Amino acid sequence: MTVVEAENLRRTYRTTTGTIRRRSLEVEAVRGVSFEIGEGELFGLLGPNGAGKTTTIKMLITLLIPTSGSARVLGHDVVKDAQWVRRRIGYVFGGDRGLYERLSGLDNLRYFAELYAVPAREQKGRIAELLELVGLTGREKERVEGYSRGMRQRLHIARGLLHDPPVVFLDEPTIGVDPVGARELRATISSLTQAGKTVLLTTHYMFEADQLCDRIAVIAKGRIVAEGTPQQLKDRVADGSVVEVEVYGIEDAAVERLRALSGVTAVAVEEHEQAQLLVVQTAPGRELTHVILSHLDGASVGRVTSRAPTLEDAYVALVTEA
Amino acid sequence: MLRTLRVIRLGWLLQLKTMLRSGFDVMTAVFTPILYASIAFFLYRRGGQEETLLWVSLGAAFMGLWSATLWGAGNTIQRQRSQQTLEHAIASPTPFLVTLIGTSVASSTLGIYSLAATLAWGRLMFGVPIDLAHPFLFALAVPAAVVSLGLLGIVMASTLILYRYAWALANTLEYPIWLAAGLLAPIALLPDWVRPLSWALAPTWGVRAVRESVIGGDPLFAIGMCLGLAVVYLVVATFFVENFERLARKQATLSLT
Repeated sequence: MTVVEAENLRRTYRTTTGTIRRRSLEVEAVRGVSFEIGEGELFGLLGPNGAGKTTTIKMLITLLIPTSGSARVLGHDVVKDAQWVRRRIGYVFGGDRGLYERLSGLDNLRYFAELYAVPAREQKGRIAELLELVGLTGREKERVEGYSRGMRQRLHIARGLLHDPPVVFLDEPTIGVDPVGARELRATISSLTQAGKTVLLTTHYMFEADQLCDRIAVIAKGRIVAEGTPQQLKDRVADGSVVEVEVYGIEDAAVERLRALSGVTAVAVEEHEQAQLLVVQTAPGRELTHVILSHLDGASVGRVTSRAPTLEDAYVALVTEA
Repeated sequence: MLRTLRVIRLGWLLQLKTMLRSGFDVMTAVFTPILYASIAFFLYRRGGQEETLLWVSLGAAFMGLWSATLWGAGNTIQRQRSQQTLEHAIASPTPFLVTLIGTSVASSTLGIYSLAATLAWGRLMFGVPIDLAHPFLFALAVPAAVVSLGLLGIVMASTLILYRYAWALANTLEYPIWLAAGLLAPIALLPDWVRPLSWALAPTWGVRAVRESVIGGDPLFAIGMCLGLAVVYLVVATFFVENFERLARKQATLSLT
């Protein structure tokens, strides 16, 4: 059974520039996104900043009306049946905002339990259960303004699950959370599908998508550029190889020349403390290490390694091509 | 219906908690009515009779009540937008108007303090007597005024759902409404063209109902007007909130990001 369906979703934002001479601009954040999520599936939407992930989720949870296209949750249109959909979905946004700062965690949950029509006699037990699930038991009477980022994020998750929704949308839920907290959150997310819920997760982190998701759609510049299981996405680049070169002071022009080389499928530059890591993906059967080094235009070169591609490489290749 | 009342009650309680935990909100709520009352007393004290001072005192009380209501309703939406809870409240299955009523009633509750503080300040500092001509009708006039003011505050604040800078305009209406509603000077002194506007404003009828129940007169008509206007405001607020919410989802103005 299909639980979430997006059909050619588009969303345009109007924005203005300038102070005296104001100019109106239209920004196409989402350009025809389509996908389906089955019951009990954990579906990942993976993409860089500004790719359209949050806009897509906001359309699905009824906070934004699509410019065109349509979306349904449990068979109901998110625009025409917004109230019906709201009762049956939960969502969690990443980041440390979105909570009533001067109230305690418990008061925040009590208020949202009322807003989501959790029956009065069930509220106390449900809140206690969720506080236990997210590890906030004992801290619930403290004001949210004193919570750490990880605690806020866990409170967000509890808030999103208060009414026990069958469909849950998680927008970068582990962003900014320390490694231990993030691992606990991932375990919580994993337990949601075990409890029969359908989950749409957006994330920047490849390993997170790889570990959690049944299927992944890669979104870049408002379009879905690939969709499949994590293994299927890895297989797209499995035959090639990756050359990593530690460089000092490489120029943008040199990177562009590398991108234009025959046999190079993607180039990414990661900024490290004093050096940069040049990650070059090559097509199957091509040994390009010497060619790459000869195109670095005098930049100091450190360690050079060659390895098999990972899901992250597949993602970088897809996003670069978009 | 019961659930709606529960949401309003909890919204009211938590909004009061929120306001009482802010030093700025508490200081404003405590001292503003006293300042308004003092200014009004000093303006009218010379040559003023007891009855005039009581008339002024009640007007000053309504200045505080209106400011608290207007500030509370608007500030709630602005604060929710800046702490990004506005989207959460709107994305919940509870109609947003219901959540707004709870938080606005909390502001009006502080407004009732303003009424009491002004009268007490006038009694203690300026010797203005508080003898109620119609105690029963006074007990009816105050809640009728608070409810109608609160709903007018929601009507004005609803524009904030759509336009985040609407408050700049609404704020400028605070003082003109004091004048148009006859809080500081009788409406009879205002130009004729202002009168229809005065009649459409809850503070006009609220202050008249309370003044007539305290000083003497027939406050029933004014109480009726308060309740009638409350119904009109509720209909307008329902229309505005539903439509502004839909437009805000269309124009993407619910969030700051």
